Amino acid sequence: MNERELLLDIQDLTIHYETEAGRVRAVEHLYLELGYGETLGFVGETGAGKTTTALGIMRLIPSPPGAYKGGKIIFRGEDLLAKSEAEMRSIRGGRIAMIFQDPMTSLNPVMTVDRQIAEMISLHRDVNETEALEQAVRMLEVVGIRPERAKDYPHQFSGGMKQRVVIAIALACDPALLIADEPTTALDVTIQAQVLELMKDLKRQYNTSMIMITHDLGIVAEICDRVAIMYAGRVVEYADTKTLFERHVHPYTEGLFNSIPDLEEDRDELKTIMGLMPDPTNLPTGCSFHPRCPYAVESCSRETPAFVEIEPGHRVACPVRAAAEKNGKERAS
Amino acid sequence: MLKYIFRRVLSLIPVLIGVTFIVFSLLYLTPGDPARMVLGDQATEEAVQQFRVKEGLDDPFIVQFVRYVGKAAFKGDIGRSYVTKRPVSDEILSAFPSTIKLAAFSVIIAICLGIPFGIISAIKQYSLFDSITMFFALVGLSMPVFWLGLLLILLFSVRLGWFPSSGFDTFSAMVLPSVALSAQVIAIVTRMTRSSMLEVIRSDYIRTARAKGQTEGKVIWRHALGNALIPIVTIVGLQFGHLLGGAILTESIFSIPGVGRLMVEAIKMRDYPLVQGGVLYVAVAFSIVNLLVDLLYAFVDPRIKAQYR
Repeated sequence: MNERELLLDIQDLTIHYETEAGRVRAVEHLYLELGYGETLGFVGETGAGKTTTALGIMRLIPSPPGAYKGGKIIFRGEDLLAKSEAEMRSIRGGRIAMIFQDPMTSLNPVMTVDRQIAEMISLHRDVNETEALEQAVRMLEVVGIRPERAKDYPHQFSGGMKQRVVIAIALACDPALLIADEPTTALDVTIQAQVLELMKDLKRQYNTSMIMITHDLGIVAEICDRVAIMYAGRVVEYADTKTLFERHVHPYTEGLFNSIPDLEEDRDELKTIMGLMPDPTNLPTGCSFHPRCPYAVESCSRETPAFVEIEPGHRVACPVRAAAEKNGKERAS
Repeated sequence: MLKYIFRRVLSLIPVLIGVTFIVFSLLYLTPGDPARMVLGDQATEEAVQQFRVKEGLDDPFIVQFVRYVGKAAFKGDIGRSYVTKRPVSDEILSAFPSTIKLAAFSVIIAICLGIPFGIISAIKQYSLFDSITMFFALVGLSMPVFWLGLLLILLFSVRLGWFPSSGFDTFSAMVLPSVALSAQVIAIVTRMTRSSMLEVIRSDYIRTARAKGQTEGKVIWRHALGNALIPIVTIVGLQFGHLLGGAILTESIFSIPGVGRLMVEAIKMRDYPLVQGGVLYVAVAFSIVNLLVDLLYAFVDPRIKAQYR
């Protein structure tokens, strides 16, 4: 859509889980773009399909029950869905690394932390065991953990420290893309700030592109260049951070912003988006958001909205609001 | 760690005294006169009286008990068999090798078969392999050992003549009893391994290992198995302790001179000292195996090791 060079270009990705309760449409016709060196905020409610998308990029969807039903994941010009499992193994960790949500459970409890980092290094670099362990200790220092703690086990670390170890593992092989799945959700607020600061620094230092999965718009404002808003398996709005914060168009995005409490305003109740997330085994027809949408018109329940570009780099999946926006602009000019 | 072991060994003492007390009182209260049992129906009343005095059978209960515990603790003397007149400790020690060999073989077979089968079943959950394995595990679990033992004897010793049907001194004689006894243990270990692995495989750190680009084999071997071992070690330890107490049925069917058979004979003959000694031995064996299992935990899981201070 523009000249910027894309590291990751997801086109029409669809991932379903076949369960006894029915087909879970976790990801539906998803489009996503990420340029070199950029940080993309990936925002949505729990269950919107953010983690499935992330695991989908890594080709780590448990199968069965998960299955790719179509689309392409173009990473550095090559489709990851066409890769063999052996090729994917060298990409996982080496080219694309992931930081998981809960540091308490994402480290192996019976292995010392230096060995967990060294494992990553041995897999992707041509080094022997001793060199890998030395590099592991250096990685620990990079994330602010003293070398003498290298032989400790995960249970001897606090939550924030564990997340630092997880970050050290992810960055150990200098990945081109780092996917961080709510890296701070499980941490308390002061530690959150430290970990975010660390990730920001390291991202700059290693010149890594990053997908930051979160439901915290504050984090997005602080570290992301672009934002994708996800609802019920689709990206409904995609723009650079400034545009999205100033001129969001999709009714769901609007709802998200409205639900941020205003300190100036004296209210007892939080503003919410009316209704609940739809059941992913039984999505509404047409636009999945239409039952909750204050702008919905009759056609919304029939036609699946196209994901259209309303201004350079700003795409929205809502014909109603997009048209209104266009009219408004024309009237203004 | 050493301090922990020392404490654990010390804590054995009250356990053993308790066990002895219970067995001692049970036998004391059971009707029947051991003097008559030993001397036979033809013995004169005088001889019986003499025996009672000599063995201290007329002393009050508590005196007899304290005397027994004192001798056991300070002289290692737990009495003489009324029947064979040999020291009880000798009787048990001579039966012990057969029992420990049988127990060890069965447990080794169970580990070598149960753990791999459990792992593969877990990795390929709901596959044909899994269904077949689980079916045989159920069969193994529900098949009584005396029935399986008889079938094995019928087929392999009577029909085919490959293995002897009794005794336990040669390797070929050990095969059938070990197989018969291990069937249940294999089944238990397989099921435990499977469920433990299933739980571990779904955990976050397994996903982390996969996200590193690690091969599936190494994910299982390096990350999953180590974490799945704790319940497996527990169950294997319990089974081993249990078998050390003597596999009474198996020993009877295959005529193995083990501790289990010794105990049955002793109970039949009302050979009090031997029964007491036997139960004491079972308690000691079980406690030691338990201690070893607890120590093994420390090697398997560093979190548990941290608590052993």
